Amino acid sequence: MIPEIGHFSLILALAMAMVQAVVPLIGAAKGNENWMRMARPVAQGQFLFVATAFACLTYAFITSDFSVLYVAEHSNTELPLQYRVGAVWGGHEGSMLLWVLMLTGWTMAVSVLSRKLADDLIARVIGVLGLVSTGFLFFILLTSNPFIRLMPAALEGRDLNPLLQDPGLVFHPPMLYMGYVGFSVAFAFAIAALLGGRLDAAWARWSRPWTLVAWMFLTMGIAMGSIWAYYELGWGGWWFWDPVENASFMPWLAGTALIHSLAVTEKRGSFKNWTVLLAIIAFSLSLLGTFLVRSGVLTSVHAFATDPTRGVFILILLVIVTGGSMALYAWRAPKVGLGGRFALVSRESFLLANNVLLLVAAATVLLGTLYPLIIDALGMGKISVGPPYFSVVFVPVMTPLVFLMGVGAMARWKEASLPDLAVRLRWAFAVALISAVIVPFLMGEWYPLVSMGLLLSFWVFATIFVGVRRRVRRNQEIGRPGFSGMTRSYVGMQLAHAGVGAFIVGVTLVNGYQVEKDVRMNVGDTTEVAGYTFRFDGVAQTKGPNYTATQGYIQVIKDGADLMVLHPQKRNYNVQTMPMTEAAIDTGLTRDLYASLGEPVSGGAWSVRIYYKPFIDWIWGGCFIMALGGGLAMSDRRYRLASRRKAEKPSGATHAAGALATEGGRA
Amino acid sequence: MKSRHKRLALVAVGLVGLGVATTLVLRAFNSNLVFFFSPTQVAAKESPQGRSFRLGGLVEQGSLKRDDNGLTVHFVVTDTSVNIPVTFTGILPDLFREGQGVVAQGKLSPDGVFMADEVLAKHDEKYMPPEVADALEKAKDVNAQMSGTSLAKSGTEGKP
Repeated sequence: MIPEIGHFSLILALAMAMVQAVVPLIGAAKGNENWMRMARPVAQGQFLFVATAFACLTYAFITSDFSVLYVAEHSNTELPLQYRVGAVWGGHEGSMLLWVLMLTGWTMAVSVLSRKLADDLIARVIGVLGLVSTGFLFFILLTSNPFIRLMPAALEGRDLNPLLQDPGLVFHPPMLYMGYVGFSVAFAFAIAALLGGRLDAAWARWSRPWTLVAWMFLTMGIAMGSIWAYYELGWGGWWFWDPVENASFMPWLAGTALIHSLAVTEKRGSFKNWTVLLAIIAFSLSLLGTFLVRSGVLTSVHAFATDPTRGVFILILLVIVTGGSMALYAWRAPKVGLGGRFALVSRESFLLANNVLLLVAAATVLLGTLYPLIIDALGMGKISVGPPYFSVVFVPVMTPLVFLMGVGAMARWKEASLPDLAVRLRWAFAVALISAVIVPFLMGEWYPLVSMGLLLSFWVFATIFVGVRRRVRRNQEIGRPGFSGMTRSYVGMQLAHAGVGAFIVGVTLVNGYQVEKDVRMNVGDTTEVAGYTFRFDGVAQTKGPNYTATQGYIQVIKDGADLMVLHPQKRNYNVQTMPMTEAAIDTGLTRDLYASLGEPVSGGAWSVRIYYKPFIDWIWGGCFIMALGGGLAMSDRRYRLASRRKAEKPSGATHAAGALATEGGRA
Repeated sequence: MKSRHKRLALVAVGLVGLGVATTLVLRAFNSNLVFFFSPTQVAAKESPQGRSFRLGGLVEQGSLKRDDNGLTVHFVVTDTSVNIPVTFTGILPDLFREGQGVVAQGKLSPDGVFMADEVLAKHDEKYMPPEVADALEKAKDVNAQMSGTSLAKSGTEGKP
């Protein structure tokens, strides 16, 4: 019964999505207020029905209802509760339902939080979101319905893929989808602006916080995926340039460009066309990502067995959305206008350079990701693009980007002076340069690339310091407390930039000084890695809720003293009988010690992986600092003020009207 | 006039930058393309010598052997028509099993042994890398043809 309610809710949601897509858009075009006002209630109703469907599916998982095919395929009575909940999006059908839940959730948030927006604008925004939602609900109902019954019901489920039985499953996909799908709001704002022909600072101010939140979630989602891959896949790497990773990274690059471009549009009124285009690109890349992940066209760690018709459907959706919006852009963008002018050396120029570099980066990733597909489609052989390509291309693009980040945050709008900037930043550069040369020696050995990476990160930190100190000094000169007048948006920006610096520290030091050792160890054997001695003390059997494991005991010794015992496991899950390596990691601010079991070799000996990863946690720490910066910038007062100020106007008008009325009454 | 010159100069700088960037990208691209070959293609000498490529197929049943010391393993990758011996030093992925699909990356040594420096993992027992599925499909066709031709041959032999 419950699954039928879910199925039916989904159909109702589709009906509402179609109304949401058609009525408000026509209303906005014809100026019919009643039709425009349909937007909000319909969007909220749609969210309600999708949420009901999602709740029904979750219920089916919690109660292990194996008469539902999707549940029987992805769950099992032995599966712990938290993974039964996570398993809702552990397969294709459920993850698409999560996608739509996120989309309608974002639409709901827009409908609630933008009470003060002009009626026609909000009608268009919600209408566009309804169009997207219609496409995806059709997709779910026609090709990937999670509520299909299995007759007769299975006695036991086939269980969730052991690889997914991890806390990572509970957090990574929802975060990532929040980000992916969140760009749909920026996209809808852009399309609405094109349709309405109104693209002003107020428009930018409205879409900015939405874009920032989406970007924040995407940043965290990617970072969590990276952490998950690091400890779960057992290879100790944190990024593999896997096509699916790239699929999430491309919208991130475009989204990063978008939040910077939006800043210019809001503050200076420039880059309008460009901002709109970026919003379209960011969302198109999100859709492309969904296509790549869900179609199974790629060989990847994420590519589980899939059905090709689904890929075709998403591809068609992608073509319609991207093609349609690009056509609209080509038609309407020339009317939008260019906005304020600026000099060659100005903050606008630096941000333009930022945008260009980020898009170049996204394009190189796109090339590396799609090229194998194109070659295969043309029948010219099967190839893959190796990770070295991405490293070789990425470093030269990112280096100027990070360098300009320090300068750009300091430059004035409209017109800045290079000599002035040079004077202000010379100490920052000198400090960065000197520490970049010295620190590698302290780490043990000097490498040019390490020095280069450190130069960039120290440069970032130093320019932030100089920028903040300048503000404090200026405040003190006029007798105000040093940190007054710093908006959250300013602090958020500096924080996010500091996150980039921390990220680079992590990447540089891991690549420069990590030690990876695969060894064969008998009981009692020791091996030395980066000053730590690892002693293999044998294995023992243990049991988990739905698996049995061989657990290794690896004693870590430093300077003759016992430091800790690492317990890597080799698990065997009861249902899918698939072996899983569970690494043991000791996390630290300056280094991770990583041990995982390979396989038994002979006579009690095991092959063992021992890794020493210096500063690796800075990589994810940097990402979370970036996300925090984004969140802080989003909560800036002016976005709330903007809504309040607009709110006051109509209420002021009613007051006046009321006063007139009373006066009239008196008279 | 002056501002026009400035603009021209900017455009020129931009174009040169773009050109340099494109060249660099394409060069990096070319030197990092990894081609995929099936055992049949390797046997037909279609695969490059001295350059890294990917080999995919099934791990032949009973072919996995481990050196007594160290972490070196030997196994045979087959597409049911041709077998290629593979040597790999390191830890095999969890789902590496005899009779299952595998993709290995490495170089072909002059004596015909594939020296893998990476054996790629897969994470779903149902999942078969598309390249491997394709290679097996082709080999099946070849096998069918071969048996067809041998039948024809025996037919002609039987005539006189």
